[in-house]
Amino acid sequence: MINEIEAARDAALGEIAELSSVDAVGAATSQLTGKKSELSGLKKGLGALDSVDEKKAAGQAINAALAAVTDALDARRVELTAAATAARVETERLDLTEFVAAPARGHAHLVTQAWERLEDLFIGLGFQIAEGPEVETDWHNFEALNMGEGHPARGEFDTLFLDYAPPGGEPGSTLLRTHTSPVQIRTMLAGEPPIYIVAPGRVFRRDTADATHMPVFHQIEGLVIDRGITMADLAGTIEAFTKAFFGSEFTSRLRPYHFPFTEPSAEFDIQRPDGSWIELGGCGMVHPNVLRAGGIDPEEWSGFAFGFGIDRMAMERHGVDDLREMFSNDIRFLEQF
Amino acid sequence: MDVLLSWLNDYGDFGDPADPEAVARVCDALTALGMEVASVDVVGQTVDGVVTARVLRLEQHPDAAKVQRVYVDAGDGVERHVWCGAFNMSVGDIVPLATLGTEMPNGMTIERRGILGIDSEGMLCSASELGLGDDHSGIYVLPSDAPLGIAYGDALGLTLDALIDIEIIRNRPDTLGYVGIARDLAPALGVGFRPPTPPLPATGPERTASVELVDGDRCARFTSTVMSGITVAPSADWMARRLLAAGMRPISNVVDVSNYVMLELNQPNHAYDLDTLGGGGFRVRLGSEGEQLTTLDGELRTFTADDLFICDADDVPIGVGGIMGGLDSEISDATTTVALEMAWFEPYGVARTVSRTNLRSEASTRFERGVDPYGMPLAIARFAELLTETCPDLVVHGGALDARTDDLPAEQRSTEVRIGAVNRVLGTTLVADDLAGLLDPIGFTVTGDGDTRTVAIPSWRPDSAEEIDVVEEVARHYGYERIGKRVPNSVVHGSLSAHQQRRRLARQVLLGLGVSEAMPNPFLAPDTQARAGLGGEVITITNPLVAEESVLRTSLRPGLLDAIAYNESHRRTGVALFEIGHVYPPGEGELPDEFESLTVVLAGSDAPAAIRVWRELAAALGVGARIDQGRVPAGLHATRSATLQVGKDAVGAVGEIAPDVLDAFGVDERVAVLEVDLDRLLGRPEKPAQWKPTSRYPSSDLDLAFVVGDEFTAERVEKAIRQGAGALLVGLSLFDVYRGERVPESTRSLAYRLRLQAPDRNLTDADVADVRRGVEAVTTKLGVELRS
Repeated sequence: MINEIEAARDAALGEIAELSSVDAVGAATSQLTGKKSELSGLKKGLGALDSVDEKKAAGQAINAALAAVTDALDARRVELTAAATAARVETERLDLTEFVAAPARGHAHLVTQAWERLEDLFIGLGFQIAEGPEVETDWHNFEALNMGEGHPARGEFDTLFLDYAPPGGEPGSTLLRTHTSPVQIRTMLAGEPPIYIVAPGRVFRRDTADATHMPVFHQIEGLVIDRGITMADLAGTIEAFTKAFFGSEFTSRLRPYHFPFTEPSAEFDIQRPDGSWIELGGCGMVHPNVLRAGGIDPEEWSGFAFGFGIDRMAMERHGVDDLREMFSNDIRFLEQF
Repeated sequence: MDVLLSWLNDYGDFGDPADPEAVARVCDALTALGMEVASVDVVGQTVDGVVTARVLRLEQHPDAAKVQRVYVDAGDGVERHVWCGAFNMSVGDIVPLATLGTEMPNGMTIERRGILGIDSEGMLCSASELGLGDDHSGIYVLPSDAPLGIAYGDALGLTLDALIDIEIIRNRPDTLGYVGIARDLAPALGVGFRPPTPPLPATGPERTASVELVDGDRCARFTSTVMSGITVAPSADWMARRLLAAGMRPISNVVDVSNYVMLELNQPNHAYDLDTLGGGGFRVRLGSEGEQLTTLDGELRTFTADDLFICDADDVPIGVGGIMGGLDSEISDATTTVALEMAWFEPYGVARTVSRTNLRSEASTRFERGVDPYGMPLAIARFAELLTETCPDLVVHGGALDARTDDLPAEQRSTEVRIGAVNRVLGTTLVADDLAGLLDPIGFTVTGDGDTRTVAIPSWRPDSAEEIDVVEEVARHYGYERIGKRVPNSVVHGSLSAHQQRRRLARQVLLGLGVSEAMPNPFLAPDTQARAGLGGEVITITNPLVAEESVLRTSLRPGLLDAIAYNESHRRTGVALFEIGHVYPPGEGELPDEFESLTVVLAGSDAPAAIRVWRELAAALGVGARIDQGRVPAGLHATRSATLQVGKDAVGAVGEIAPDVLDAFGVDERVAVLEVDLDRLLGRPEKPAQWKPTSRYPSSDLDLAFVVGDEFTAERVEKAIRQGAGALLVGLSLFDVYRGERVPESTRSLAYRLRLQAPDRNLTDADVADVRRGVEAVTTKLGVELRS
């Protein structure tokens, strides 16, 4: 009996070794280990055996043989699966460098990129983002900013005037805003202090386009009005901005200057790690007349304002040496960034 | 303003001009005071080895026409021969000789070099070769009394000096004069301030040049002083050199003193020849419309009734008030007696004439910013003192006139300054007693006691009037850099508004769809609106730089179409661009109906591409709109475009650019377009997508095709399917549109795939049949045939 069992087992194992596909392993499984398999058939012969011991030994031998066959089937299945996968992978070989698709992503304008970086930075410093119209009244653009009619500083803005006149209004009092400062006035008039805003936006001057000037360009301006705001807060905010935007190894300084809408006024410069300076923008303590124009009592509140160009930040960051390039709308330019 | 440090040192010991560290200290202090130093040039440098030499003989060599042989004596009695390419010198002239071995500023070393086998023992130098100016036309001829063999710099009295270019701030006219700069700088460097103190001129016999102020609001003070005993001659070298350094050509002693006093004291002035001054006096009046005068620069100019003339007593214009004299007002070599004008002109008036006529001068720059209305007596005395150096017989006559009007700014102006207000603005902890120490040295006189002091404002500071103006002076002289830096504790939370966040989202969606952002010029040419097929009124710039940029856009389309044409012309087709920007249609309000538009143009794509962009954008922004093909906006393709409607509002348009517009912009490709009014679209409340549970049960697909007339929109079919299918419909797509033989003419077959699913059970065949029947019931009612 034992011999028969071993012969059947060896035959089955031999058959398994010959199997050549995972499907064939599946088909062979019931044939070699099922009820109708040769090994299972041998169980019927157990009854014919004489002694209990013989029955027991033969029964155990059959079970062991079945287990061995099952193990062999599993091993063969794993082996064949791996071989099939390897063969498939081998036939699917690709040269990935053949596949250079046309660029699919769009490119945000450089000005937008700088604009959003600046917004995000000031949001982190606790500022909200304010906006206003680009066509403005003379009052918002000049008068409320301490530049009454005939004020000589007006001449420095090279203002573009419009033929638009509101019903019943004066012609010549509507213009393209020359700075984002009217947003200060609108913000003050629309709400109550404390005010912590930056106003990025498009501004207009009657400038001939060249490498560093465009008649249409972009500025960002900050305004803080709160109780107890001093010039030290202004200097500290400029410094915080400097380190956040340019890097911790950059520093800033304020240098006396003159603007009609702030006093004391300053220009602010950024010092590079090599000691050289970049003249960046203007700033100062909001002039009491401007606070009054905004409906704010200068004895109760104080504040500061600052502003600088966005376009130049983009130019410096990306090494663009001609401002006009940024507004060429040449896709070969846009795609670079 | 160019400031020569050696000259500035007349008014205080600011620093040795030859010591770079001292110069740097001066420059840093100037910048910290708001007198920003733009550049510093070292001047007066000389070239070692270049000495004075006298020309002994000049010879022409027969074989060398372009050069001559010059024999010179450099003081050692040895005759040296040099070749020279210039011919401007004569025998006896003293000229600079670069001796052998001299290293010239341009890097060349003077060597014994021969022409035609004859050596040259040095080189004669031009002004430009010695760094003395631009003149390289000939050899620089030195003063004839110079000793031979000495350094040419010594012969010229050259010393090392620093020429400091200061950017003058508009509100600080006092710093347009050396004395004003020195006054501000002295306390910052801790040195004494030495203003000029000319003696009061001894007055000679009475002699008067009359003054009549007709339009005294424009000229509120006019002094006339007669001086005689003048011999017109060149100025002393020191004065000529200083004026040259300041960029002014020395002319004669009288003109040079006039300019010198202006540069020193910031008091422009004009000396007229009294013997040729009509009527022997002055009349100051406004011009009449069209009145003409030839100004000193030789131009015949026409003036208006808002321009101020200085006339002679016979009412003949001889100058434009505060700006420039007339051509005939110049003194001549024969002048012996002058009437000296020193006046104060109203700044805005001067500025108006300057901007109207584009005529500007050193004088107008000063008057339009504001000259000291009380500086004339000092300036007159200084003028006399300086002119006496070259005219020892100068007589300053008695009978000088000082005409003033009520329009002259008050001499005594003061303001109360609260130390609390100073500290509140600056964040300093100053006490009231600190004010005098900071302000007195610059002429702001502090009086009184307690926390509020009275500060008298000097007459040379027209910019200063109120407490806050004085606070700025305190800040400057305390030092901006000492004020400290602290970050305010913002009590608001920094954030973007919902509108701003959604604008950024819109941009991100477009970028993800492969569209790049353009920023075209918002100014259009007058015919661009028409070329773009856009009607409606426009706003025009009244003072445009060029007519091609004089109209404010009412749509972003023209700029983007130009951009596409530009890219096509550079062989870049298929460009996809968007812009988010303001447009400015006129309106009825205080301001135009300006709004923010978002426009997408897809070159080489047709309308469905624009629809796809719109659907993505709308889904991301949580907005929706009806595509109304019954209304096509102007400039768009009439049969491939639609208005985007929300209720009764048109919020935008989608489709393609009209073919004639493409032609007008020179665009070769089709252009799909989407434009939306972002203000309106984002102004609507956002509807956040609401969660629908996803079913765990299997889904089943049902394909249905309908034959509909071309005029019957897919949107209506889709609506009918949704209505008929009921709650089991979880997905619907139009997967095929067929036109051709198998359907009647002017119709098409629309094939939809319906994905059906129940939330709580497996679908049965009966469910699917029910849906089919339901859809058919609705579509049949619409007259739409379900294809089997």
